[in-house]
Amino acid sequence: MRTLGALAAAGVLLAFVPALKLPAFYETFLYLIFHWIVLATSWNILSGYSGYFSFGHGAFFGIGMYTTATLSTKANLPFLGTLPLGAALAALLGVALGAIVFRAGRMRGELFALLTLAVSYVLATIILNTPIDGGPGVSLSAVAIPAIGPSPPSTFYLLALALAVVTLAIAYQVQRASLGRGLFAIHDDEDVAEVLGVPTYRYKLAALAISCALAGIAGGIHALFVNYVTVGETFSIVVPLSVVLMSVLGGARHWAGPAIGAAIITALLYAFTASNYAVAGRAAVGLILIVVILFLPQGVLGQVLRWAQRRAPKPKGSGLATARAEAPIQDLTPLLSATGVRKAFAGVQALAGVDLTVRRGEILGLVGPNGSGKSTLINVISGHYRADAGRIVFAGADIERLTAHRIARLGIARTYQIPRPFAHLTVLENVTLPAMFGHATLDRADAEREAWRWLEFTRLAAKATALPGELNLHQRKFLELARALAARPQLLLLDEVLSGLTPTEIDGAIALVKEIRAQGASIVFVEHVMRAVMELADRIVVLSYGSVIAEGGPAEVMERGEVVEAYLGKAHA
Amino acid sequence: MPSLALLGQSLLSGIFVGALYGLLGLGLSLAWGLLGQINLAHFALAVLGAYLTYQLAAAGLDPFLTLAAILPAFFLLGIALHWLFARFAVSVFNSLLITFGLTVIIEAGIQWIWSADFRRLESHYTDIRYRVAGLYVPLPELLTLVLAIALSLGLWAALRYTDFGKAIRASAEDQAMAQAFGVNAKALALLLSGVAAALAGVAGLCVALSYTLAPSQIYAWVGVVFAVVMLGGLGSALGPLVAGIVIGVSEAITMALTAPSWAPLVSFSLLIALLVLRPEKL
Repeated sequence: MRTLGALAAAGVLLAFVPALKLPAFYETFLYLIFHWIVLATSWNILSGYSGYFSFGHGAFFGIGMYTTATLSTKANLPFLGTLPLGAALAALLGVALGAIVFRAGRMRGELFALLTLAVSYVLATIILNTPIDGGPGVSLSAVAIPAIGPSPPSTFYLLALALAVVTLAIAYQVQRASLGRGLFAIHDDEDVAEVLGVPTYRYKLAALAISCALAGIAGGIHALFVNYVTVGETFSIVVPLSVVLMSVLGGARHWAGPAIGAAIITALLYAFTASNYAVAGRAAVGLILIVVILFLPQGVLGQVLRWAQRRAPKPKGSGLATARAEAPIQDLTPLLSATGVRKAFAGVQALAGVDLTVRRGEILGLVGPNGSGKSTLINVISGHYRADAGRIVFAGADIERLTAHRIARLGIARTYQIPRPFAHLTVLENVTLPAMFGHATLDRADAEREAWRWLEFTRLAAKATALPGELNLHQRKFLELARALAARPQLLLLDEVLSGLTPTEIDGAIALVKEIRAQGASIVFVEHVMRAVMELADRIVVLSYGSVIAEGGPAEVMERGEVVEAYLGKAHA
Repeated sequence: MPSLALLGQSLLSGIFVGALYGLLGLGLSLAWGLLGQINLAHFALAVLGAYLTYQLAAAGLDPFLTLAAILPAFFLLGIALHWLFARFAVSVFNSLLITFGLTVIIEAGIQWIWSADFRRLESHYTDIRYRVAGLYVPLPELLTLVLAIALSLGLWAALRYTDFGKAIRASAEDQAMAQAFGVNAKALALLLSGVAAALAGVAGLCVALSYTLAPSQIYAWVGVVFAVVMLGGLGSALGPLVAGIVIGVSEAITMALTAPSWAPLVSFSLLIALLVLRPEKL
């Protein structure tokens, strides 16, 4: 809130600049800075936050330009009235594009970049060849400039200032809201984000809509500012590349980063142009880009914040670490039941009709040789893969057709055998995320308290402000666990949490799993460490070649001939 | 409906321009597919090569002889570039941003030395045109086609049949594993990056022979050649040439049937269709 207040105050103060009656040149220069702040910041809301770099920002900006140019000249609409229409059209194109592109699931970053670039070329070609432009460009000299400021330059200055303040406020709010948290998680590991409950598809479309709409308004204002709109200028490679450069320079992981980059680059280019060294200025910008990527990958602001964070004292735990002492509710009603679940990959039948029931409050050990389908089953239950056939019922609801984030919200959480933390989020943020998006769906403050609790539970509280890269394997495994627990799941799928740990660490982990069960969660426990399986599991299910070959009490099942055979092969005696 | 002769002539010019797309895309595709570097500066290098050809030819050298100086220089540049990428462990995406920075620097350099005015190489190749079956065949374009075919086939064979090529493909797939089998993956990567940059030099020669030069020419082919590279398949030596000619011909036919300004729609619609419908193919 303090930040928003400061932003608004700065906006109000700057709104008095026209009253100073400076030469128009100053207002024009500041207009350009605000213009680029809007473009870079709006680009960053999609690309910096989510990691999907768009090279199509010129297209969305261009839609705004041509909407204003067309409607204010040919339809005689008032200039200000065309701005929301341009924003709506740009957002519409962005969302339509996203709906097509992201429908197929995740898309490699560089392909998304090129696709968006291709879209701007196509758009430019269409506008050039249709009456929207037709070739010679559109002149707006007949369009009335609204008398917002004392002179036309101050009107443009005030419009751009207002839009820049609004854009920065939106970028700030998005970063703090669950949308921003989700986008940052998508940036680091989209699959995991989805499995933890982030509605990745919807979030990407929302970010696209916001980003495109803001670029569209900036384009509308700029159309009247330049007074003459041409396809060549509007859709040139300059816009997309400049916003990338500005954001990367300033720091793409922070709402204020692109604004800093935009101010630096615009001022630099202006200075060089004014002193007749425009060519040298461009070369300097190119050199800055290279140096920043090699030596300051987090951008200027990112680097400054990192230093500041190092200096700051580490926050302590909230003292809320009293674990819930709920009695284990162990009854025999099924929590999850799978029937006839099948899944094939390019001819390999990973699951060949699995039937399995998890009862409330139990620990079900899921064992079987490598390649028997254990991990595939977990991936199918958690919604990462869709089953080819079969039915999965969880707490009374059919879940086999649901997306992973819906399943997470219903109360299923999982860990990964090889830990997959969000690399650019702190340990605390990693654990806060599932508390916000998972079964519990808490607001940010509660989610953070919940996260502290599980960090202390897994003895990671001292590392709360560290990045996952600073943890050892044992701690990363526990981070996985804390992340799954913070969602307050009804069913916890543990995929080989013990692999790679030392015997002492295993003892600690076993005690932890017991405590988790004592708090009421049901657990499916995939494990190769048989000692732990025998100690923890109430029942065991054995998979082999994608089918259940045995189930029952631990000791009894492991002695059966077909189980021994599946592990060790047939005896040739 | 345009006449048959006109259609034939535009078909031919489509093949020629497609050959240039293929030649420009060849180095780009190999570096992207086999080294994980998206070298946007490839276009700047090609245009720089064209200016160097222009300059040396103006000093009296045969344009083809200028390659004797340009190729080794570009080869070293390519090595330096990949050394930098390897030294800083630059990601695929950041390689795109860094080479964009490089592009801007090279463009500024060209503009500083040769100014933004148009330049045109005058050589004894420029005006030679043959007349075959009623169609005009200009020599510079024909040479581009021959070079593109020869280099694509040569590199395709080298990658497929020589130990060098097999080692490069192995380390592109799994560098650690290839190194465990005794492949000097780092040296091979440097070598390949050098070859890719040298290919930009060859493309530059072809540009100088057939086109009027201006610094902004750098950006003229970026979109379409990226489309060519992706349609042809990353890391493929023959793909860019085939895709280039397909796109070149479709563009030429579109131009003949409608207006020249509609041409970009062809390649980008193809690219969008491919990206949306078959993303797993890339």
